[in-house]
Amino acid sequence: MLAKRIIAALDIKDGRVVKGVKFVNLRDAGDPVELAKRYEDEGVDEIVFLDITASNEKRDILKELVRTVATNVNIPFTVGGGLKDVDGIREIVRDGADKVFINTAAVEDPGLIREASEALGSSNLVIAVDAKWNGDYWEVYTHGGRKPRGIDVIEWAKEVEELGAGEILLTSMDTDGTEDGFDITMLREVVKAVNIPVVASGGAGNPEHFKEAFAVDASAALAASIFHYKKFTIGELKKYLDESGIDVRLG
Amino acid sequence: MTFDTVILDLGIGNLSNVQKVTGGKVTHDTDDISRAEKIILPGVGNFGDVMESLQTIKYDIIDAAKEDKYILGICLGMQLFFRTSEEGKGEGLGIMDGVVSRFRGVRTPHIGWNRLFMGRECPLFKGITDESYFYFVHSYFVEPEDIDCVAGTTVYGDEDPVRFPSVVWERNIFGVQFHPEKSSSNGLRLLKNFKELST
Repeated sequence: MLAKRIIAALDIKDGRVVKGVKFVNLRDAGDPVELAKRYEDEGVDEIVFLDITASNEKRDILKELVRTVATNVNIPFTVGGGLKDVDGIREIVRDGADKVFINTAAVEDPGLIREASEALGSSNLVIAVDAKWNGDYWEVYTHGGRKPRGIDVIEWAKEVEELGAGEILLTSMDTDGTEDGFDITMLREVVKAVNIPVVASGGAGNPEHFKEAFAVDASAALAASIFHYKKFTIGELKKYLDESGIDVRLG
Repeated sequence: MTFDTVILDLGIGNLSNVQKVTGGKVTHDTDDISRAEKIILPGVGNFGDVMESLQTIKYDIIDAAKEDKYILGICLGMQLFFRTSEEGKGEGLGIMDGVVSRFRGVRTPHIGWNRLFMGRECPLFKGITDESYFYFVHSYFVEPEDIDCVAGTTVYGDEDPVRFPSVVWERNIFGVQFHPEKSSSNGLRLLKNFKELST
């Protein structure tokens, strides 16, 4: 049976991990490769790199990062953050990323989803969606959560599937950073609306939260800070899930 | 310089970790292929597009298969062994008989870690425990005519599960639907086993 995936997210700026990572026993806690290798050893199933570099050298910095990770890490990884066109996306895969995610660019130009999925094969294209409850519906936001788009997340999820997306990385802006758990209601509705895998993101604070996400059939669940701060290890989380009857890959 | 193993460059995807484990050379060159003892067909992209990009070396691969050189197809690389695919127009290499079909009735693509059930002994399995996890990312699977070539299978789907061939093996030709280069220690072992096949 296909195992439920645990994904660790790393925010990258100028080729370095940001967000005050407090790993012990690391020579360099800001080195994305060292962190990624550590996560691989702990049994994480996949790593997502969100690049927030804004400088002109972004492309070169990202290229170098992707190449180094690809050579040193033997589990799948996904890269995104500010990618705008098919050439840029293709280049990231060419450099060694397994999957690429786009967010704002997909909303601005949905045709890019079709174009990119044809270029990469749709299995390798992830659409990241940030959404927030506005009283009537879960509204899609872009530009790192700064710009409301007046689009219902359920409609958007169906549209990206139709256009060829291979997976949806769904972040709830309501729960993100709270550690109170994923937005299970939104997650359930999106999972039901599409027939592609959905990754839950935003709000994980304890192992029960992962169980809740998998109970509504999320294919994977992502977290950043709880792994960084070692609130619990990936091994402990997987052991808990396994004992709860959820299929996970144990090391 | 002659390389023991060549990794075919299909124009998309980076194979630095396959390269690292096998010591192979990433190439698209006819001479390299004809001199190599082992060939790896990696697997990212679309069936039709990749077959088109392979036109100039298609017959080198087919000849290598006939000459009993060891060939390993990964993911799409394995699907290319077969005659046709629902994914795209054009003919595959046809070095194995059968077709490539799309998953139906299950959440697609099949992405993530799933178990390999070893159906019979295979040199690629040396040192790997039955039912180990490997990483998959695909929407299509192979349906060989001769089921004797199926060395391992994987099951996907909750209500109406599909059991599909995840490892095929016929004489000198090996194919894996998962990505060994992304499957941590088990995957690295499998690649090492391929590298150590003696000619």
